[in-house]
This record gives sequence, structure tokens and C-alpha cells, in this order.
Amino acid sequence: MKKRDVETTGHEWDGIEELNNPLPRWWLWVFYATIVWGIGYTIAYPAWPGIRSATAGVMGWSTRANIAEDIAAATAANAEITARLAETPLTEIAADPVLDGFARNSGGAVFRTWCAQCHGSGAAGAKGYPNLLDDEWLWGGSIEAIHESIQHGIRNDQSDMARYSEMPAFGEILEDDEIDQVVNYVMSLSGEPREADLVAAGGDVFADNCSACHGAAGEGDQSLGAPNLSNAVWLYGGDYETIRHTVEYSRYGVMPAWQDRLSDAEIAAVATYVHGLGGGE
Amino acid sequence: MATTTPDQPDLYAPREPIFPRRVSGRFRNLKWVLMAITLGIYYITPWIRWDRGPNLPDQAVLVDLAGRRFFFFWIEIWPHEFYFVAGLLIMAGLGLFLFTSALGRVWCGYACPQTVWTDLFILVERWVEGDRNARLRLHRQSKWTLRKARLRLTKWVLWLLIGLATGGAWVFYFTDAPTLLRDLFTLQAHSAAYITMAILTLTTFAFGGFAREQICIYACPWPRIQAAMMDEDTITVAYRDWRGEPRGKHRKVSEEGLGDCIDCMACVNVCPMGIDIRDGQQLECITCALCIDACDDVMTKIGKPRGLIDYLALSDEPAERAGKAPTPIWRHILRPRTMIYTALWGLVGLGLVFALFIRADIELTVAPVRNPTFITMSDGTVRNVYDIRLRNKQGDARPFHVTVTGDPALRIVLEGASDATVTVGPDSTRLQRVYVDAPATSAPAQAERSEIRFWVEDLSNAERASEASVFNGRDNR
Repeated sequence: MKKRDVETTGHEWDGIEELNNPLPRWWLWVFYATIVWGIGYTIAYPAWPGIRSATAGVMGWSTRANIAEDIAAATAANAEITARLAETPLTEIAADPVLDGFARNSGGAVFRTWCAQCHGSGAAGAKGYPNLLDDEWLWGGSIEAIHESIQHGIRNDQSDMARYSEMPAFGEILEDDEIDQVVNYVMSLSGEPREADLVAAGGDVFADNCSACHGAAGEGDQSLGAPNLSNAVWLYGGDYETIRHTVEYSRYGVMPAWQDRLSDAEIAAVATYVHGLGGGE
Repeated sequence: MATTTPDQPDLYAPREPIFPRRVSGRFRNLKWVLMAITLGIYYITPWIRWDRGPNLPDQAVLVDLAGRRFFFFWIEIWPHEFYFVAGLLIMAGLGLFLFTSALGRVWCGYACPQTVWTDLFILVERWVEGDRNARLRLHRQSKWTLRKARLRLTKWVLWLLIGLATGGAWVFYFTDAPTLLRDLFTLQAHSAAYITMAILTLTTFAFGGFAREQICIYACPWPRIQAAMMDEDTITVAYRDWRGEPRGKHRKVSEEGLGDCIDCMACVNVCPMGIDIRDGQQLECITCALCIDACDDVMTKIGKPRGLIDYLALSDEPAERAGKAPTPIWRHILRPRTMIYTALWGLVGLGLVFALFIRADIELTVAPVRNPTFITMSDGTVRNVYDIRLRNKQGDARPFHVTVTGDPALRIVLEGASDATVTVGPDSTRLQRVYVDAPATSAPAQAERSEIRFWVEDLSNAERASEASVFNGRDNR
């Protein structure tokens, strides 16, 4: 059989010859073209590293500028609905599905940026920081009340309209055994079985010292931010030691006012979000 | 040990143009038929209509990238059902193994788009510039006369039009074809459509018109892979050199000692890959079988039996050399290897068909919200939150009723719904936040974990689906 004569490179090792199967010429051109393209690319775009930064490239392209553009575009695209959110009365937001969806989603973003540090990314709160998922509200759980708490904050110096109340430190007012009695009484309010004598005595202490704010049956008062003591939710904890600490030394939870830090629309959005977490009234 | 030559050979070679001669015969006819079928499927498919009701597209085959749906006649694939596509790809792979081990590179020779479009481009080239000799003359004519310019220009314009139709057909698979066609002409289509068409037009033009066999030889990995899948029983295009050699010019009176090959070069001249099949098995050979047609034609003319170049299995060579009858073709094809490939192919196919038939029209996925794991309400109720995705695969909106089982004390509340029923739009998914409450004294509230199950029922036809989940109780803290 006549074999096609294949050129060899002339290399031979132990009788094994290296055949020369040349690449097509255009393949080489493609290689050169990629080099030219690569050089052009490094001129057009940021490429060569320097001491402090890289060459900027003649196209003026940068990822930071891109993000700024994207943010500006998103803000512009949302301008209309953002304005609508700021103007719409809070109680009417829920009636508009589009506005409600926008408020919940953008409010969630605001929450995770500004509120999650204390209240947690899932809004479950922590000791001293209220859980926003349940139906217990210190200052009210209607959307207006939530909005006001966010706008002006609680016990801060930033807003004149900040919600304010202060529980006395009863360690300086009551005797030790009176404190023991009232703690037992408070625990009994939420159904905890306690010693009957202590509870009975504590009831008197409570009526004299606590009921003005926390109510005759410990039901609390949202206008004063006085917690309901007769339910299952505890801000600092429902065990004896914690309640005793609260009675003796008081508590003074602070929340900043957001009126100067967030826009009206952002506050409305985050209020809608918090109201919609499952416990809103 | 090592020897070197002073003059280094050139590492790069210019492409040698190939001018395949026209040929006719049974394989050429088969290729015409296959070309008509494959191109027909490609160009016509996007225009087939299929009524799916008012809310769904009426294009039979549609890849809706924006809506993340794939429509194929009566089948609709959602993104989470992508395993169907994976299964089809596995079947395609096994199918290629099967065909390659049984019949060699039939894919390359008959069905590969590169082959089909190159064949079409060569047809146009022959129609404009004439057959092999005329094209060779035109190629060698260095002076650009008016005639050469006219022929070349005509050919290129025709090629570009074919390329445009190819790129055009491609984009029709991704959106409603009639609408897109109108938008394309009124210049209102999305720029992605124009860019895709431009790229595919130019690649078709370059690959089919100029690169041709270079794609198969240098760019495609398949020839290398296929070499590993063929064995001595594989039916492939080969030259019976024991019958043809020694080759020599045909005389009226057959000379002693000469084989049947008259060295007329017909097989070489028709080859679109520019090789000589008489050199044996080669990487370049796509087994298009045109050399068989060419040689059979010559053999008939000189009164010799056909089949000097033929589809045959290499394992038959010893028998044929000895003048014995070769193994029948079916014995070559039906062997354990091909049967295993067929069985696997069929198994995957049956699995897919089965999966297709047991698919539910409604589905749900439950994602428990575990931040926090549970919530204590003011009355002591323990609440768990779940994000449930309700999928309605039907073409109209359906009322979905959501319930929970696991403990009779559990109560379910759907966010934003007055009762446990929500409407899920046609062919869409609804993300529904669900609260499950266990009263303070109930078992799930006290226990650490309770197994629960979410049920969703399509109230319009009572079809149900369910998914298991877990309820975290107060003991979980």
C-alpha cells in the first residue's frame, strides 16, 4: 500500500520518528490577533498594576463608577413609588398591593442595614432588645405607633419627641423582703406557681409601688412604655434573678431617633416591614 | 541516539483548498434526504404552533429564558426540572457511543451541522462556479476579471443569505417567532436578537464557506474521542486494498498481477476532507461515504464488482483476504458492547418518560424560617414561621388550600390571607409566608421537635401534594 509521505521533524529516538503535522497558517494568525487584542484591551481597560493603583484605561471604565451608576438608576427607577410611599397615609399602604410589596421589600433592606444590629437580622431581638415578631408591644403595635417609635426613638437626646419613661430603682425605696415579695407576685401574674404568702404580700407592695404604671393586674400601659407583666413575653428574662435585678436597679433601654438618618419613605417602609412580621396590631 | 537535520521543517502550513467533485449514488442521495430533513427541522420547528390556552405561549418549541420555562409541544419544563434536560444530554451521549461503536463516525458524515451546512455551501458553490475543474480554474486564475468577481460575489452573497437564515432561525427558538420576525423587519427587536443573528450569520459564513474541514481537523474534539470508541467490529468506510492493490491504469485487456484499483483518483476528487481513503483509517475521514459512490460508479463502468471502497468491519480483512465469506453485517452491529449501550440508552429514556408521567401539576417546597427557631407569643403560644413556595403548573389560576398535620392542636395562618386559601396565578410560583401556632399547653409547644407535614390541595380538582417539615417547641431554647 502506498502510504502518504508525512514529513518528519528529523528527530528520532530509538527508531521512533517525530512526524511533522504542521498547524494551519491561519491558526498562527489567530494567535497573533489575540496578542494584538490583549494589548488593546490593556490600553482600553484598567490593567497594569502600579504602586498605589492600576492604569485607568482610556475608556474610563471602573467597577465603582458602574455601581454608582446602577444605584443612581435604581433610585431613579424607584423615584415615583418612593414618593408615593412617603405621601400615602400609613394605614392605607396595605390596601395597595404594589406599594405594600415595595414597602415590605425595601423596608426589609433598611431593617437589615440599620436595625438588625440590636433587633437581630430575623427581628427576634435579644435580651433588652424587643422581639418584633411577637404580639407584645411596649409602645404600641399599630403601624402608626411603630412608625413613631422609629421616627423619634426611645429615651434618647436626639429627638424632643422621643418616647420617654423611667422606672425607679426600687432597691433604694423598698426593703429587701418587700422586693422578694413583689418579685414573687410578678412571677405569679403570668401563671408561675409561687408561695402563696409571698404572693399575697407582694400584691400589696405591687399595688402601692408598681400599679400606677404597670396597671392593677400588671397588664402594662403602652402610653408609658410600661411592659405587660402578666403574659409570657419577657424583655430581659422571666426568671427570679432577672426580675429581681430589674426591680432593684431598673432598666433604661434606649433606641436612637431615625428621623434625621432615614428618609420619610424609608421610615414608612421599615415601619410597614416591622408591622408585617406577624405581630402587628 | 538522536539525529537532527540542519534545515528545520516549517511548523505551519497554508491550507490547501479542496474542490470536491460532484458525485451521485445511493449515499449521496441519502445525504440529500438527511440534509433536507435536518435543515427542515431546524428552520421549520419555531413556526409550529401549539395551543396551550390563553395564559401560555402558543409556540410548540420555545426556550423562554426570561420566564425560565422550556416548552416542547405538550411538555413544559420548569427550572427545577432541569434533570430532564440532563437526562436528554445523557441519552444524546449514549446515543453517540452506540452509533460510533456500531457504525463509526456516522454523526460526522451525515448529521453534524458542520457537515450539513458545508455540504449546502458546496452545493451553492458548484451551482454558481461549476464543478471541480471549473472551480480549480477559477481558483488558479490570479487575475480578477469581471467574471471571477461576479461569480465570487454571487457565491458569497448566497452564503451570507444562508447564514442569515441560520442565525435568524436560531433566535426564533427563544421568543415568539412571528412577533420577532415582524420586530426584526421593523427594527424593533431586542439588540440581543440582532447581535446573535450577526454572530451566527458570520460564523456560518466562515465555517461553512472557508474553514470547512479545518473545523473537523483542528477545532473539533470529537474525532479524537471517536477514535477511542471504534473497534475492529465497527462498520466504517474502508478501502479493500487486498482487492485493489497493486493499483494501475486500466487497460482494455486486464493485465496480469494488477488489482481492481485503476488509480483514477475519483475517490480523492470527491472527498470533502481532501484525503485519500486508500491510505487507510485517518483522523480526517468523516465517513461521508461519497468515495464509495464515486468508486462504485467507476467499478460499474469498467465492469468490476462494486464495493472496492465500502462500509466494512476491519475484522473481516483476514477472511476476505483468504477468499472466505465475511461475517454478516448484523453480527458486527449486534454485539455485547452495542447492546449494553442500547440498554443503557433505553433505560435512561424509560426513566425520563416515567418521570414525565408521574410529574405533579401542583408542588410545594417548605423552607422553615430558622431566625429565630421559634417565637413565644404573649399568651404563651409557640409560633414557627415557614416560607412555602406553591407551584401551579397549570395554565390558569388555581385556589390552593394549605393545611398542616402532625398534631391536632396546630393552627395555621397564611400571611395576608383571611383563611388558609390563596390563589396561585397561572404557570407560576407563589412565595407564601405561613405561621404555625401551637397553644402554650399543647404537645408541640412543649416538645423540642415535632414532625409535621404541610399539605396543599388544589380546590378546583382536589389534587394534593405534601412536604414534611419540623416544628420547634419551647424546649428548643
